[in-house]
Amino acid sequence: MRDLPAAVPPDAGRLTPPASIEDLQQALAARHYVAGRDLAVAIFLALRLKRPLFLEGEPGVGKTEVAKVLSAVLETELIRLQCYEGLDVSHAVYEWNYPRQILEIRLLEGTHALDRRSAERELFTEPFLIKRPLLRAIERTRERPPVLLIDEIDRADEEFEGYLLELLSDFQVTIPELGTIRADEPPVVVITSNRTREVHDALKRRCVYCWIDYPDAATERQIVLARVPAASARLAEEITGFVQELRRAELYKTAGVSETLDWAAALVTLDREQLDPATIDETLGLLLKNQEDIQAVRGDRAAAMLVRARAAGTKEAGPA
Amino acid sequence: MSGMAFLDNVLLFGRLLHDAGLDVHTGRVLDAIRGLDAVGIRSRAEVRATLRALLVHRREDMPTFDRAFELFFRDHRAPAPGPALFSLGERPRVVARPVPGTALRVTLEDEDSRPTAPPPSRAAGAWSPAGLSRTKDFAEFSDAELERARELLERLPWRLGTRRTRRWGRADGGEVDLRPMLRRSVTRGDLVDLPRRERRVAARPVVLLADVSGSMERYSRLLLHFVYGLAHSGARVESFVFATRLTRLTRSVASRRGGAALARLARDVHDWGGGTRIGESLRTFNTQWARRVVRNGPVVIIVSDGWDRGDPRLLSRELARIRRSCRRLIWLNPLLGHAGYEPLTRGMQAALSRVDDFLPAHNIASLEQLARHLGALPARTLPAGHARGGRPIPR
Repeated sequence: MRDLPAAVPPDAGRLTPPASIEDLQQALAARHYVAGRDLAVAIFLALRLKRPLFLEGEPGVGKTEVAKVLSAVLETELIRLQCYEGLDVSHAVYEWNYPRQILEIRLLEGTHALDRRSAERELFTEPFLIKRPLLRAIERTRERPPVLLIDEIDRADEEFEGYLLELLSDFQVTIPELGTIRADEPPVVVITSNRTREVHDALKRRCVYCWIDYPDAATERQIVLARVPAASARLAEEITGFVQELRRAELYKTAGVSETLDWAAALVTLDREQLDPATIDETLGLLLKNQEDIQAVRGDRAAAMLVRARAAGTKEAGPA
Repeated sequence: MSGMAFLDNVLLFGRLLHDAGLDVHTGRVLDAIRGLDAVGIRSRAEVRATLRALLVHRREDMPTFDRAFELFFRDHRAPAPGPALFSLGERPRVVARPVPGTALRVTLEDEDSRPTAPPPSRAAGAWSPAGLSRTKDFAEFSDAELERARELLERLPWRLGTRRTRRWGRADGGEVDLRPMLRRSVTRGDLVDLPRRERRVAARPVVLLADVSGSMERYSRLLLHFVYGLAHSGARVESFVFATRLTRLTRSVASRRGGAALARLARDVHDWGGGTRIGESLRTFNTQWARRVVRNGPVVIIVSDGWDRGDPRLLSRELARIRRSCRRLIWLNPLLGHAGYEPLTRGMQAALSRVDDFLPAHNIASLEQLARHLGALPARTLPAGHARGGRPIPR
């Protein structure tokens, strides 16, 4: 493998993104992330055009992982904001440290040194500020802009989306008591969504959009081999063949790539070299997390899937 | 291809996508040109990936994009099979076969042809069933009565019940709000009146699944207006219709142009007047849509007469699943209004033990009753699936 393009001169205050899509793909692969062409192009464009990257897809297809790998490739810090319902400025951007402020007031009162005007100035200064992920991402304290991961934006409510829209357009935060903080160089923003609701178009419009689908059999095999190195080529082939079959069945919640990887790790731990119906039944809980789904697949149906998976595997290998 | 010609082509392509219904404007096209410059025009696949990442931001627009790309940047292969491009944009499911002579279609197209009609004013007394019997079955309505009922339904005052959100707002009672408290204690030096905050309240979302199969035909016309009125009452409403297949209507209903929206509904729904497979339709809902649309404890309303050609066990299973994930599951049955009706259809039997409320929906009075009921939803009493038989049917 070639040297990673991330050999950055130490004086550079900015990121050095990979020079081409191929370089990017190789750099990702060196960190065990297998990216299809569409995803690689989207990441490349986001870095070049300095746009947020909006990744949408079913759970467990490796959206969050993109941000992690990207921070490794760019050799910069990863700042993560996990979204949830009710997420607001005080948890996403900043909050004043109230206990500390109250303590300070008590101290000043105790020593009879409390001058209201100066106290107000002193209490609302940086030492009393709790910086949350979004503020940390645009601060000018580090050498290089970080990767900012805004994870599962679909869990946050629409009010927060509105705020984010504003932040992503000028990368500045105004704290009434302190003033405006602005990023010199905007962070690399990665937004993920499981699509449990539609995120507003206004936000997505500002981003480079990529829908990450479940990978095809060959790609998934590569992913298993890259991530679970202890798995043999044979086992990886069987595992991905079966999972691909499983995804064809109509289930409430099918298996994502992360489930495939968990399953592969489990089978390696159990010293299995290949699949058999009994093993599948015993370990199905690693792939499917829904009682009705497990019941529907376990037994004959799983065995039939295994047969079909093997048939598809030999057909694929045949003409090659 | 020379640089300039290519640039022109990208601009033209952007226009084409815009016309096909995608959310593409000049800014996006300029991005695309910058993007192509960064990537370099080397392979068709890369050009396609670049344009797609920058010009598309909805998954459902991807097929339209792909097809437009195939057509526009044609290489010398056969074009991908599929319906005409422009039918894909606004309404991806216009594979509708014409509905043989139903009155419904005629009514809706009449609607569409007079879009200039002013929106119904909300004058005082607008909600009074002027000359309409509140207890007459919808099925016995004349065309004129239907028209009036339609207007009433669109204006029915829906109060959908509320839920507490995780978001905070200023309040009179509730938890102490530290931020303004500290502010005041510094500037005024006292902590006499403590500022308070509490969780905000928002309207409870609604998911509506309406049966539009043959046996429901007499009610279908009004059902549409029922859906429309609900969606425009300010609440978040996800609506679906089903007969043998499930179709999502949310986007079409959300459109502000009433008549046009309803006409589009009629076109979107491909199986008006067919048979019913309730269980399978609900299964599709559970596997394809539930994760995306059942959020924040919604009220799920199913409207159907329960004439089901599918497997009642499947129906029962899928209902149980919906019930587990929602705040309240309500089944509206137009037949319930008829004297002597007993829920004997297999579908209805299966449904009875799984739903929270089983209500009639055959006349104006019953829909008013529903609107009141939604405004004051009682807590759930029976655990799912435990009761075997029916439960007292409110008339």
